[in-house]
Amino acid sequence: MAELLLDVRNLKAHFATEDGVVKAVDGVSFELERGKVLGIVGESGSGKSVTAMTVMGLTRDVNSRFGGEVLYKGKDLLKVSDAEMQQYRGAEIGMIFQDPMTSLNPVYRIGEQIEEAIRAHEKVDKRVARSRSVELLRQVGIPNPESRVDDFPHQFSGGMRQRAMIAMALSCNPAVLIADEPTTALDVTIQAQIIELIDRLKDDFNSAVILITHDLGVVADIADEIIVMYAGTVVERAATRDLFYDPLMPYTWGLLGSIPRLDRPRPDRLHSIKGSPPSLITLPQGCAFRPRCPHAFDRCMEQPTLESHVDPPTHLDRCWLDVEYKRSHRADTISGRTEAA
Amino acid sequence: MMTFLVRRTIGAILVCIAVTFIVFLIFIVVPGGDPAQRIAGKNATQQNIQNIRKDWGFDRPFYVQYYRMMEKMFSGQLVSYTSQQNVLDQIKQGMPATFSLAIGAGIIWLFFGILVGVISAIKAGKLSDRVITVLALIGISMPVFWLGIVTRYYLAEGGLTTLFPDGEYVALTSDPLQWFWHLVLPWLVLAVLFIGFYGRVLRGNVLDTVNEDYVRTAKAKGLPPKRIMRKHVLRLSLIPIVTLFGLDFAAVLGGGAILTETVFDLHGVGQYAAQSINNFDLPPIMGVTMYGALFIVFFSVLVDLFYAYLDPRIRPT
Repeated sequence: MAELLLDVRNLKAHFATEDGVVKAVDGVSFELERGKVLGIVGESGSGKSVTAMTVMGLTRDVNSRFGGEVLYKGKDLLKVSDAEMQQYRGAEIGMIFQDPMTSLNPVYRIGEQIEEAIRAHEKVDKRVARSRSVELLRQVGIPNPESRVDDFPHQFSGGMRQRAMIAMALSCNPAVLIADEPTTALDVTIQAQIIELIDRLKDDFNSAVILITHDLGVVADIADEIIVMYAGTVVERAATRDLFYDPLMPYTWGLLGSIPRLDRPRPDRLHSIKGSPPSLITLPQGCAFRPRCPHAFDRCMEQPTLESHVDPPTHLDRCWLDVEYKRSHRADTISGRTEAA
Repeated sequence: MMTFLVRRTIGAILVCIAVTFIVFLIFIVVPGGDPAQRIAGKNATQQNIQNIRKDWGFDRPFYVQYYRMMEKMFSGQLVSYTSQQNVLDQIKQGMPATFSLAIGAGIIWLFFGILVGVISAIKAGKLSDRVITVLALIGISMPVFWLGIVTRYYLAEGGLTTLFPDGEYVALTSDPLQWFWHLVLPWLVLAVLFIGFYGRVLRGNVLDTVNEDYVRTAKAKGLPPKRIMRKHVLRLSLIPIVTLFGLDFAAVLGGGAILTETVFDLHGVGQYAAQSINNFDLPPIMGVTMYGALFIVFFSVLVDLFYAYLDPRIRPT
């Protein structure tokens, strides 16, 4: 078994606001081994980004309350001081963000921004940092890195900026790379390139990746394991193959149904999940997905737990429905033939 | 770069011409402005006034008068209607006081304005931020003529102490220490308003910039908070302050601190302008306006150039 890098146990992140306590993350657990890719999938507001930001310590604030553990190589990152957390950010865990247009500082050259990351963690002089920046830009596929290193972000295209962000996140060779919707703001043609790049660099740098997305199609090819999040909790967790062949949670069916497929007869219009995610301040009673679920029944007024109902036992879901019922009804839901009540 | 400078220079000249023309027109339109009557004095006969009108060319069409005035202004021959003194000489006499006031006050208000803005942004919502906010609002709300007179009364004329000299300007070349001592109150009084204003603007900018994605990126890189504040937040928050400062500073250099100069009797360009306006004296008003316009125009070009240096996105390629 590969080295366990990240072991997140029952993570909670609650934020006090004027309207009440927002339970953005409410009991999320996962493990990440070296060399693996974990996909975290869910809609906006499901808590996937907050989970990642909390692992990085970026949600620390006077109004934040955390629970559970974020064990990085056995050390609980929720307990370390702000100053100590700085040593982990960038050096042990790197992160890239959704919008490469705004994630780079517009007034500094690309090279300066990568050098800054290197020199934040390693005592190297400017020349060494610069030549490493050039090398990193070459590795992420920027043509003519020797001259492009002196460009400003606005001289790069969107895809190039995301490549530069990846170079920056990998500059100190972190063990874990968190990519928060890295392709959402990019052209479709660029998206696949960026995902492939992350997959390749993961092996080159011998690290592990957490890939956050709302699009199951993005993680289908590269994730080893996928967790599906809804309203701050994990509603289904499985190896990628199991999730696609035997999806158990009606919410996952909805996500699967919203991927356009070229290998199936085209429906009249692309399926979408009815309604919108619940308020994280006042969650619906019982299963949080109940109000939007086309298969909800009486028992859904009780809160289901995340547990194993099928083989393999690593496949977990949070649903009261009978497995056989689900297997016989999900095809209709995924193709959009069953509508919510 | 070259085209930028040429374009801006042509623009600047046009602005200056427009300014002189507008000042001239206002003067003609405003009632009671007959210069012949003013030059002639109180007990002049109609004949006297007629003669003056003819000698000075006030009977000519207004565009001829305008042209003559411009001719005189740009050859430095402009003369006051009331005192008959050369306008250029008077402006030159006022410049040391005005420059001393502007430079000293500018340094003070820029320094403390940034300090106030940064501290209140870092402490946003806390008690120190609220205290600073109230102080800044008080600073913004106090008119210079009031604050100037109050400080003069209490700190110079014996209301509390006579520690500070009571107005007037002492040349730097004649006595540097007295020069400084005489300017302390005017500097502070002029700076107070700007400190409050700049502090508020910068606080808002910093709080906006802190939420930018690239600041989150800087945190994710593991940079220390101080470096993030200095290199990523302040650097960008200060860009709008550059514009403000360039134009405010130019205005004070150009004689815009009329109230401060007058309250403290500094005999600067601003006070000269105030007196000329009181006397309805067109040539000095025209001269000072032109002088002020030159500074504003020059500094706005300077600000644009500096802006391009600070923000590579607007650099001409």
